[in-house]
Amino acid sequence: MAQIRTEEMLLNVGPQHPSTHGVFRLVVKVDGETIVDAQPVIGYLHRGTEKLAEGLQYTQFIPYTDRLDYLSSMLNNFAIVHAVEEAADIEVPERAQYLRIIVAELNRVASHLVFLGTYLLDLGAMSPFLYAFQDREQIVDLFNKICGARLTYNYMRVGGVRWDAPEGWIDEAKAFVKYMKDRMQLYHDLVTGNEIFLNRVKGIGKFDAATAINYSLSGINLRSTGYKWDLRRDRPYSIYDRFDFEVITGTNGDCYDRYICHIQELMESLKIVEQALEAIPEGPVLGKVPKLIRVPAGEYYSSIEGARGELGVYIVSEGKDKPYRLKLRKPSFVNLQILRELLIGQSMANLIAILGAVDIVLGEVDA
Amino acid sequence: MLHWQDQPLSLSTFLGMVIGAVVVLGFILFVVMYLIYFERKVIGWMQNRIGPNRVGPLGLLQSLADVLKLLLKEDVIPAAADRSLFMLAPIIAFAPSFMVLAVIPFSATHVFTAGLNVGVLYYIALSSMTIIGVVLGGWASNNKYSLIGGMRSGAQMVSYEIPLGMSLIGVVLMDGSLNLNQIVEQQHASHLWNIIPQILGFCVFLISAVAELNRTPFDLPEAESELVAGYHTEYTGFRFAFFMLAEYVYVFAMSALGATMFLGGWSGPFLPGWLWFGIKTCVFIFFMYWIRATMPRIRGDQLMSFSWKVLMPLAILNIVITAIVKVLL
Repeated sequence: MAQIRTEEMLLNVGPQHPSTHGVFRLVVKVDGETIVDAQPVIGYLHRGTEKLAEGLQYTQFIPYTDRLDYLSSMLNNFAIVHAVEEAADIEVPERAQYLRIIVAELNRVASHLVFLGTYLLDLGAMSPFLYAFQDREQIVDLFNKICGARLTYNYMRVGGVRWDAPEGWIDEAKAFVKYMKDRMQLYHDLVTGNEIFLNRVKGIGKFDAATAINYSLSGINLRSTGYKWDLRRDRPYSIYDRFDFEVITGTNGDCYDRYICHIQELMESLKIVEQALEAIPEGPVLGKVPKLIRVPAGEYYSSIEGARGELGVYIVSEGKDKPYRLKLRKPSFVNLQILRELLIGQSMANLIAILGAVDIVLGEVDA
Repeated sequence: MLHWQDQPLSLSTFLGMVIGAVVVLGFILFVVMYLIYFERKVIGWMQNRIGPNRVGPLGLLQSLADVLKLLLKEDVIPAAADRSLFMLAPIIAFAPSFMVLAVIPFSATHVFTAGLNVGVLYYIALSSMTIIGVVLGGWASNNKYSLIGGMRSGAQMVSYEIPLGMSLIGVVLMDGSLNLNQIVEQQHASHLWNIIPQILGFCVFLISAVAELNRTPFDLPEAESELVAGYHTEYTGFRFAFFMLAEYVYVFAMSALGATMFLGGWSGPFLPGWLWFGIKTCVFIFFMYWIRATMPRIRGDQLMSFSWKVLMPLAILNIVITAIVKVLL
């Protein structure tokens, strides 16, 4: 049947749009509701974080990382302190290592919960969003108790963590892990088993492992294609090698796989937290750290498994207390590159489903 | 006054009609206000939150405050909008929503409503007019999101109007009347609500009704996360209120139609008729709220294929079965 020729229309999705997850602009050319072309435009939130780093001491830069991917500040902190510790060869006490793992994985859970909620909100379901935020609230409360902040946590220090966990905190965290494990059934009942949801996400936004690697994707976006790559297992840092957990992979690399990977990875994170809470030793939480941290001259790269993929810190040092150049490998920014390829030929409704599943945080994309 | 429908037109019956219409309109406005409150409370309960609880006791005056706020808001019309159509659209969408209520028998004595011979047809015909208002609103706003919303709405409402109408034919065939009063009376007389013999038609009706009302999971014309607010993106203040009002009056009207056609309307033991009617209507309304709190949004093409490939054949099957049974019995 011959197609009726219709006029194409240029549609600005964002920078102010409920589903662009921040200030992100997507200029799409649509034929009816079918996307003919899509051009992402970023930079509305650009703060020059990397340039700022050049004027700051290593420890002074930590608060700036809080504001990158603001849904996982703990992990961002982890990335920078870990990079500096590796470069400057600084030891971290045992208890601090455990506390780091606990808060980092709890933050991953919180971040995945936000994904879960906002993704469903993108697809038009409101309740999972509220449930997910109620659950996240408990983690936020735990973080509030341990570091005094609810979003930009700023808990880690080069050589350890700022404060020890307050009294009773470990037990509260244990109770939360138990609660959350039981709670997951609700999401499966409400979301995973929902026919409409499945029809919206299965087979949508599909790519294979080779494409993902060519685009340098990491995290769940890569793992959803079936490629098993997780820095916590494949390049273990901190004390991750002491914990028993699975690297979750998908099979098709579609939106459904990315959803299910998030859910299952969340469970794995809870598993790690549970083990860490059981095994946490007593002791100091901050090691011996020089007053002024100097990184020996040279180039260093260190990365951790962030909530959205490989979060890397590349330091070029001249041996001073400030980096000569600091480059961040931001997973959201890298993962976003595949978006255009996924969108062409899709409908407007799928645009939202695909963008949501790529799971970006604009604070990190723009940085 | 109670039987003004059968009397020749005199001053007193005329006054009766006018007063009746005013009372029904006032009543509906009251109902709509509390439907919104009810929705927010029900969904709040389902989502583990409180819902309105600040304005008045139990937040009961929240809707009133919202109405006041909407009325006092600045009335913005985009510079590039088609002014006259932009202003006309909410009225076209809104007026039929009240008009359809003229044939709903609210109680056994159905004082204020018309016992129209072609009640069902009248309802279906008038309710379709709202599509024009919505499409027009989307078009006149001169906003691309609104336009897509309006177009989606046109496609959706036209598609679902058909299975909705056809799902009612089974009941019409069974009762042999298009008069809503008679349909209720026959259910009352036979002590059998139409939902039992017409279960298939009821299911088709229920789904089509939710779609026809543009409610989740069929809220594509608004689709907040896709189209910002769809066809009413550019509407503010009382013009927006008109669209909103139309939507909620339809929620009530459609639920009332469902209760009348399938659940025996005002008929029921012990309680007075109007109360039975209210309870049955509320069951429908609650169902819609429940669905809204549970489901994600369906996609456009899935929506279409569901209507044409699933609901339509089911509705036709229902008619065929009903016709055969009717001939055999």
